[in-house]
Amino acid sequence: MIPLLGIPPQVLFGQLLLGLINGAFYAMLSLGLAVIFGLLNIINFAHGALYMMGAFAAWLMLDHLGIGYWPALILSPLLIGAFGVILEKTFLHRIYKLDHLYGLLLTFGLALIIEGLFRNYYGVSGQAYDAVPDLLKGGNNLGFMFLPTYRGWVVVASLIICFGTWFAIERTKLGSYLRAATENPKLVQAFGINVPRMITLTYGFGVALAAMAGVLAAPIYHVSPLMGSDIIIVVFAVVVIGGMGSIVGAVISGFGLGIIEGMTKVFYPEASNTVIFVVMAIVLLVKPAGLFGKAA
Amino acid sequence: MRLQGISALLAATALASGFAMTASAETIKLGVLNDQSGVYTDLSGPGGVDAVRMAVEDAGGAINGNKIEVVSADHQNKPDVGTSIARQWYDQDHVDAIFDVPNSGVALAVQEVAREKHKIVMFSGPASSDLTGAKCSPTGVHWTYDTYGLAKGTGAAVTKSGGDSWFFLTADYAFGQALERDTAAVVQANGGKVLGEVRTPLGSPDFSSFLLQAQSSKAKIIGLANAGGDTVTSIKQAAEFGITSGGQKLAGLLVFLSDVNSLGLKTAQGLELTESFYWDLNDETRAFSKRFFERNKKEPTMVQAGLYGAAKHYLEAVKATGSTDSDKVMAAMQANPINDFMTKNGQLRKDGKAVRDMYLFEVKKPEESKGAWDYYKLIRQIPAAEVTRPLADGGCPLVKG
Amino acid sequence: MSSVHIPSAAVAPGSNGNLAKVGVAALFVLALVAPFGLYPIFLMKALCFALFAAAFNLLLGYGGLLSFGHAAFFGGAAYIAAHTVKVWGFPPELGIIAGTAFAALLGVVFGWLAIRRQGIYFAMVTLALSQMLYFVALEAKFTHGEDGIQAVPRGHFLGFLDLGDTYSMYYFVLAICVLAFWLIYRTIHSPFGQVLKAIRENEPRAISLGYRVDQYKLLAFTLSAALAGLAGSTKAIVFQLASLTDVDWRMSGQVVLMTLVGGVGTVFGPVVGAFILVTMENYLAEFGSWVTVIQGAIFVVCVLTFRKGVVGEIAALVRRGKGEQPSEGGGHH
Repeated sequence: MIPLLGIPPQVLFGQLLLGLINGAFYAMLSLGLAVIFGLLNIINFAHGALYMMGAFAAWLMLDHLGIGYWPALILSPLLIGAFGVILEKTFLHRIYKLDHLYGLLLTFGLALIIEGLFRNYYGVSGQAYDAVPDLLKGGNNLGFMFLPTYRGWVVVASLIICFGTWFAIERTKLGSYLRAATENPKLVQAFGINVPRMITLTYGFGVALAAMAGVLAAPIYHVSPLMGSDIIIVVFAVVVIGGMGSIVGAVISGFGLGIIEGMTKVFYPEASNTVIFVVMAIVLLVKPAGLFGKAA
Repeated sequence: MRLQGISALLAATALASGFAMTASAETIKLGVLNDQSGVYTDLSGPGGVDAVRMAVEDAGGAINGNKIEVVSADHQNKPDVGTSIARQWYDQDHVDAIFDVPNSGVALAVQEVAREKHKIVMFSGPASSDLTGAKCSPTGVHWTYDTYGLAKGTGAAVTKSGGDSWFFLTADYAFGQALERDTAAVVQANGGKVLGEVRTPLGSPDFSSFLLQAQSSKAKIIGLANAGGDTVTSIKQAAEFGITSGGQKLAGLLVFLSDVNSLGLKTAQGLELTESFYWDLNDETRAFSKRFFERNKKEPTMVQAGLYGAAKHYLEAVKATGSTDSDKVMAAMQANPINDFMTKNGQLRKDGKAVRDMYLFEVKKPEESKGAWDYYKLIRQIPAAEVTRPLADGGCPLVKG
Repeated sequence: MSSVHIPSAAVAPGSNGNLAKVGVAALFVLALVAPFGLYPIFLMKALCFALFAAAFNLLLGYGGLLSFGHAAFFGGAAYIAAHTVKVWGFPPELGIIAGTAFAALLGVVFGWLAIRRQGIYFAMVTLALSQMLYFVALEAKFTHGEDGIQAVPRGHFLGFLDLGDTYSMYYFVLAICVLAFWLIYRTIHSPFGQVLKAIRENEPRAISLGYRVDQYKLLAFTLSAALAGLAGSTKAIVFQLASLTDVDWRMSGQVVLMTLVGGVGTVFGPVVGAFILVTMENYLAEFGSWVTVIQGAIFVVCVLTFRKGVVGEIAALVRRGKGEQPSEGGGHH
């Protein structure tokens, strides 16, 4: 093949594809954050920790109960989502009357506790999760690179999840209640809809999304207590860029920034970790509310 | 352990903010400073602390009626945490010698504190050969292995068997850089070429983009100048992206038994590696490892085994001199040969390097393994002279003086 | 509104003015004799963090702006101070000035970007910007990756006072901190500080009164960044080390916690909070990651039930003892 700008195409396409895969995780995580922020107005700092718990739940199910990948992909989000419901009932719902900043501080504290407890019991070195089903094993030679089937599956799964969530919120009746409650909770309550329960379930759903991303990540990365805090700050930047609370913004900027990060790895690898934050600074200058956000 | 913790907490609260807890002057105190929660926990960590405890127990728990005490702490792989604990131990808690300190970055920082306080530090976990080179100290001992020995072991073996072009994945701190430098020198000395390198942050979850760079370099050998969790992740992902099946070979420049255990033989088979200890070498190593296994439920790594030897050698010197004075103890440790289950007629040099044989191993295929922890087959024992940097080459200022 | 509410009685000395003066004098005497009873390195660490927390509190407690990225100023300045002293051979006082100046400059840039948003958005933007600096520190050559800049010489203050001596170093640090605290105190009680409080309480009103709110905020942000940088550079000289820990986002979290525990918007709160947390960290070091769990638990407890912090609660008790109306703290408005 012909080199492009002095870069062999297999390197360029390879890094772009890897960027897309990373972007799939950014999108799923920022999607959950956006759903939670939309209704609760809380930036869920514990999101990374819950993502990590999702991966751990899958690993524990395999290790102790022999439950495989496909059931874990459903069970783990349910379990961690239920845990999220408990968190909301015991902690978060006490502070809705306070300033939203307290929500950030509270979830930050929760993240520290969860991460610390897992570090105590499992160390940091991580556990291998070897339960990739045969269907997703192996890989394909795409000519420019060898793509493991599982990584391809991650992108597909992420797209399905993102579209499904968008559809549920923007195109269904339940979603319309949700959006209405975001705009005017008192009015929706007056129509006889149980808004507090809706808030609780929304938080649980956002958490379940994080957990599902965790299960998808488990076979690729080591299941480690630190896996959440490694990724969460980047996801925060993604959310700021997309516009906080915007579902479409979260998904598009998630994938988009993954690709931008991959490109940077080709042309200027040293900057690949900083590029997302540079993009954020530029977006803030041009559109302070983010690409898809409503003006504050 | 927990009870001890609670009482320490109570004492802390009572004292409010840090009055010196004066230990009785007669206690001999050994401090084990290592990683107890990070990527190097499995290879040293609590097991390393226990190895020092075993040496203390074998010394009878006391020397000339003076009780021996072991304290430990987690440096979290952060130089600032490590140095402040080391300072406090030496200044305030009357710790006589510090042991282990895996992570070369932290080790080099602790070496400076020990030099300033003129106290003994015995490194088992860190690898950088700078500890006995340019940064050597009259009170610093590098006990178990170093990057020079690893390069001479694995680097030379791989290059000689046809792997004559290399690309390095290097952990971006003192250790990785030293290992890359020492290995590159060995590769070139044996007629090989280095095609490039990429520096990776410690504890990266994803090595795929680095591996892709290594792959496009077309080098025959991808040298992993990293350790612990980083090595495990990069080996696994290299398999995932078909790099190893595409004809390129990985060389794990520092692989511990605990890494092989967490990789599993299926992924790790065929890997060549250099270590100074393996539990299943001979009757003596098996006897020690059996005791260690009963207490810790895993076989010891070379770092943990080395810690036992270092503590033993230190305590013998204290006993011989009847003192914990750093100069006297160092002199005695250098004068006496090192003899324990892993070292025969070893010697502690003036620059602080413990001179001993090392071993080149190959990881067994799953079908060759007879059970849990049966991982290595010995390729050859490398004599000390071959894996130890000549005294004059290290650039240690102590040598000239 | 998106600011954290501060009980206003805890801010102004008010009827407790004399008590506060006596308290300050007692603290100062205590600080002078402390190194003879306590471990000086520990004291210096606590002092640096107390200054860091006080600088942070200037922004949160008096400006109502929660920055989740103050580690950038603390750690960035530490790197600059360490580099100028070690590599360029600056004397320690010049190194500290260089670090502080860098932090101030960084404060102008970050502040200019961040004050476009408020409340929770502001927190996120500062967090992301500081993470950008973290990655720069990780990649740049002069910061030496995971190792950090090690073995920074302490040197001689003004060419004659040997800071290698622990006690000289201690009094040097103490002098810096006392000066900085004085500056913070003056700022709070200056007209500038009053306007800042007005903005915090009711921003639209402050605008309608003709104040150029953005300029006030940016100035407060820059001042806070510079003082955080002063704390960071001093720490780098004391510990002879600048490392990634100083620029990590967990450091930003720590300073929030210190201020929260001690009492947001109180003069002594951050100092008390810093001493509590540094003490805890020192004695719990052997428990490894339990420290994280405990810190997290303190965060949760503080947010749920203890929003005034130690000093805030004590101030409230004192007022109650005098029969004054207890003030409702940390409420929604």
